[in-house]
Amino acid sequence: MVKYAHLIPLFPFMAFAINIFFGRRLKKASAFVSIAASSIALLIAAVTFIGNSNGEGSYSVVKWVFLNGVPLDFGVTIDPLTCMMLLVVTIVGTLIQIYSMGYMHDDARFSRFFAYMSLFMGSMLGLLLADNFVMLYIFWEGVGLCSYLLISFWFEKPAAAKAGMKAFITTRIGDTGLLIGILLLFFSTKTLYFRDLAGLAINDTTITAVGILIFCGAIGKSAQFPLHVWLPDAMEGPTPVSALIHAATMVAAGVYLIARCYGLFISHHAALVTVAYVGAITAFMAASIALVNNDIKRILAYSTISQLGLMMLGLGVGGLEAGTFHLMTHAFFKALLFLCAGSIIHSIHVDDDPAIHTQDIRKMGGLFPKMRITGTTFIIAGLAIAGIPPLSGFWSKDELLSEIINTGHPVLFAVASLTSLMTAFYIFRLIFLVLFGKMRPGVRVHESPYVMTVPLSVLAVFSVVAGFFRPMRPDFLTMGVSTAVAVIGIGLAYSFYILNNKILSADIRSRFAFLYRLLSNKYYIDEIYEAVFIKPCFRIAESAARFDLGVVDGAVNLTARISVVASKIQSWFDLYIVDGIVNMIANITWLCSAIFRRLQTGLVQNYILIAFFGLAIIILIKLIGG
Amino acid sequence: MPFPLLTSIIFLPLLGGLLILFTPKERTGTIKAIATAATGLALLLAVALVLKFDCGNTAMQFSEKMPWINAGQMNVNYHLGVDGISIGLVFLSALLGFFACIGSYGIKERQKEYYFLYLLLNTGLLGTFLALDLFLFYVFWEIVLVPMYFLIGIWGGPRKEYAAIKFFIYTLAGSVFMLLSILALYFTSNPHTFSMLELANSGSTLARGFQIALFVGFYLAFAIKVPVFPFHTWLPDAHVEAPTPISVLLAGVLLKMGGYGFFRISFPILKDAAIYFALPFAILGLINIVYGAFVAMAQTDFKKMVAYSSVSHMGFVMLGLASMTVTGFNGALMQMFNHGVITGGMFLLVGVLYDRAHTRDLDKFGGLGVKMPVYAGILTVFTLASLGLPGLSGFVSEFMSLMGGFAAFRLITIISVLGMVITAGYFLYMIQRVLLGPFNQKWSNITDISRREVFTLAPLMTLMIAIGVYPLLILNFQSPAIINLIQHIGGKLF
Repeated sequence: MVKYAHLIPLFPFMAFAINIFFGRRLKKASAFVSIAASSIALLIAAVTFIGNSNGEGSYSVVKWVFLNGVPLDFGVTIDPLTCMMLLVVTIVGTLIQIYSMGYMHDDARFSRFFAYMSLFMGSMLGLLLADNFVMLYIFWEGVGLCSYLLISFWFEKPAAAKAGMKAFITTRIGDTGLLIGILLLFFSTKTLYFRDLAGLAINDTTITAVGILIFCGAIGKSAQFPLHVWLPDAMEGPTPVSALIHAATMVAAGVYLIARCYGLFISHHAALVTVAYVGAITAFMAASIALVNNDIKRILAYSTISQLGLMMLGLGVGGLEAGTFHLMTHAFFKALLFLCAGSIIHSIHVDDDPAIHTQDIRKMGGLFPKMRITGTTFIIAGLAIAGIPPLSGFWSKDELLSEIINTGHPVLFAVASLTSLMTAFYIFRLIFLVLFGKMRPGVRVHESPYVMTVPLSVLAVFSVVAGFFRPMRPDFLTMGVSTAVAVIGIGLAYSFYILNNKILSADIRSRFAFLYRLLSNKYYIDEIYEAVFIKPCFRIAESAARFDLGVVDGAVNLTARISVVASKIQSWFDLYIVDGIVNMIANITWLCSAIFRRLQTGLVQNYILIAFFGLAIIILIKLIGG
Repeated sequence: MPFPLLTSIIFLPLLGGLLILFTPKERTGTIKAIATAATGLALLLAVALVLKFDCGNTAMQFSEKMPWINAGQMNVNYHLGVDGISIGLVFLSALLGFFACIGSYGIKERQKEYYFLYLLLNTGLLGTFLALDLFLFYVFWEIVLVPMYFLIGIWGGPRKEYAAIKFFIYTLAGSVFMLLSILALYFTSNPHTFSMLELANSGSTLARGFQIALFVGFYLAFAIKVPVFPFHTWLPDAHVEAPTPISVLLAGVLLKMGGYGFFRISFPILKDAAIYFALPFAILGLINIVYGAFVAMAQTDFKKMVAYSSVSHMGFVMLGLASMTVTGFNGALMQMFNHGVITGGMFLLVGVLYDRAHTRDLDKFGGLGVKMPVYAGILTVFTLASLGLPGLSGFVSEFMSLMGGFAAFRLITIISVLGMVITAGYFLYMIQRVLLGPFNQKWSNITDISRREVFTLAPLMTLMIAIGVYPLLILNFQSPAIINLIQHIGGKLF
């Protein structure tokens, strides 16, 4: 039954082609094309899942290219990881596209949006199915492209245009690492297939380097420190995009990549440790920034970065299943959080805000009575991410924590717990500020249409039950810790934002002013990059251009000028010396002739006179000589 | 005698040109029709050639050989043939020749001369890729120069005379050294021959030092054409001044003459020298890639930016060649084809914009995506292909060049890969400045790309996507010949 798996990405790609070429004629119908394609993909994914649980596996599909004379076949990987991811992506993707029908309803480029969404779905599904690095890389860049196109979907906004470019270039920096890693892997092992990774040499230096280079790709795509800067800016895109691409699926591709190459990482300790620590740093850093941010989508973006960091941390300590489990549950509740945020942004109207649909949580408040479905699902998602039992986030987070402590990483455990505390705090800070308290004056809001609230409800169900998709391994110690941490976090948020209506007392503010400024400026990382990388890059470009014009082209023009001068000298020489001699000879001849011409007067008297003189001279000579 | 397919492909354009000479210059419609028919027929024959080509056969196919100048010491043959190395470039020349001809309809002055010279140029280009006799090769090589000189110098932009003269003298200076090397090869062969195929077998008997000297002679001619740093500065000037269709042929086909020369002449005939120069080739490739990208980033003229991007892209050809591996050679040869398609299209797109806006200053646009959605879509696709996005053709060839390069020169290749970030940077920066952001009201009357313009771009896009998705489409043609070449040189059978 798995033999149709390679067709899964095909339908979204077809939907893309249909919508891009006939979108103008299809108008609103283009949404149905995309949704139908995703649904078919979902069906085949389900069939594949069943087939895989009956023991059917990977197969190869087509010869693609010759490398070193050996054909590289493209095939599909079918294993539980892929099957789970296929289902998550198709389920979440289909729901978000349905939601988008409502969200994007009035957009002038409605069909273009769905075309891009389908292109993304196809690329993402292709990425999941890839059985070798080249194929993965192709779709990897494909989803990156869709991310770029969709972030700058509202390209008239300069911020959106810039954010798209930033996302593409930042992730490409990571991707070059991945590409070099692929090259290095190929030349040190002669294989590019994932299935061969488990059999590689153990703790080999080169392979460790390969692992770290592959991880570079994951750092870019999954917005890990230090390449996380693009994801918060990516929130300039439409909210369904943020939900699907920048929360649930594409950004998780980095985590998926590490999981896919786990055979390599598990046998190369240094690479694995790198993953763990980068994940830990990212998780903590992003969560701390989320504490003070005031933009509803950016808080969620930092939350996503932080949660991805936790997944990496889980993978890095050896918890393959824990990491991928959290990846799945996170996909549901984070997509839900974003869609709730979208539902609010879509329907809120603030009189004095130039943006009209504000994203500033300080302007919201008391929305719950007006938006009961959105509000309820928002709270469910919040509880899930905070890790309140028995919601999905609780189970996966618990498994992560348990994996970290059981593999003997107390420091990382502390970081992860602290991150969880902050997570519970910031998410409920968000919920309390947006849904509860008093409504601000000049704000109007209404519940979103069914086409948006139904997907919310479905995702809410998944956020609740997704934790039961896996046999549980209760670890009561960590369960206690993580529940306690979640409750404390929520309690703190409650006391800060509900009991004490002042957001932070002036006293605390002044005492932590420095910290606050550091966090609200996102550790100044963007500014540092601007100064260290971006500006110098333009400066190098300008100097290179000046060098090219001045020196390289200057040399050419100089050669030309020297040739001209040389030819002028030659022509002078030619004119005055070479030709001069010729003319001189001519002139001398002429001069002589001018002199002797005078003898030829044509008068007989003159000739007789000369003859007489000549005779006289001869006689004279004879007389003297004689 | 079988139908002389190759001769017909080469001389159909010239035949059209001669017909045009006998057409009154007022009848511009007829002149265009003749030019289109001539290049169209040549394209049809090139398609037939591709279809009838036997991919598995590494020998020369469709050969035509007859004595041409046989007097005293001279032994020149009219010898044509096609193999896996040249077939792609022949097809590319015919393809771009036809579509750039349609793209020339916008030219309004002195049309009779224009189309005559244009067709003559096509004959020269096609002949260069099909000649198997060095003398004949040289003749075609030089034929290209003359019409190009006039096409830039008469129909070009404000600094056309400067650009035309620079192009002409620069390339002529290079060819002189090539002529010396050709003569040296001729007189050291026994019996004296201009045949590339015979020289490929006998060339290796020459002493290495002598080979190196000859290699340098050829190198100067080819490197200027490619162009390789530091011989590249004629290119931006020529591109900026040349009319759009000529830019297309310049970037799409003319630059490939240099790379083709390496494949057909320098490497097979002077293989010891080629091996000797592998490292310098790799370094020059790296400089082209990174330096070209940086200079492109600083440009404000759209056309100049694309011109420097060509310099950067052609660096991959050098890197692939330097690798002395099958994968690298395949990548290099394929990169030439792909670059021709992609950059040819890029120049058409710059032309589309220039025809409407009469400026190419990137900072003067902004938000055109609103008014020109189809143009924006097409430009984005070509840009993505240019910056090596997988799924489009540029990626495959760059990847293979890098793969080959990595086998031989690890560090150089790694730095080249980093150069791809710069490439993404300047291309997206261009897109942002032209298409995105708030709409610049100055262009409120601008119209979207026309049907005729889409018609010239569609086949290029189709090729780009087809090869990107299924590279064997082109690899099947060239790979056997490349393996043969590598075996001959003694490179690695990667």
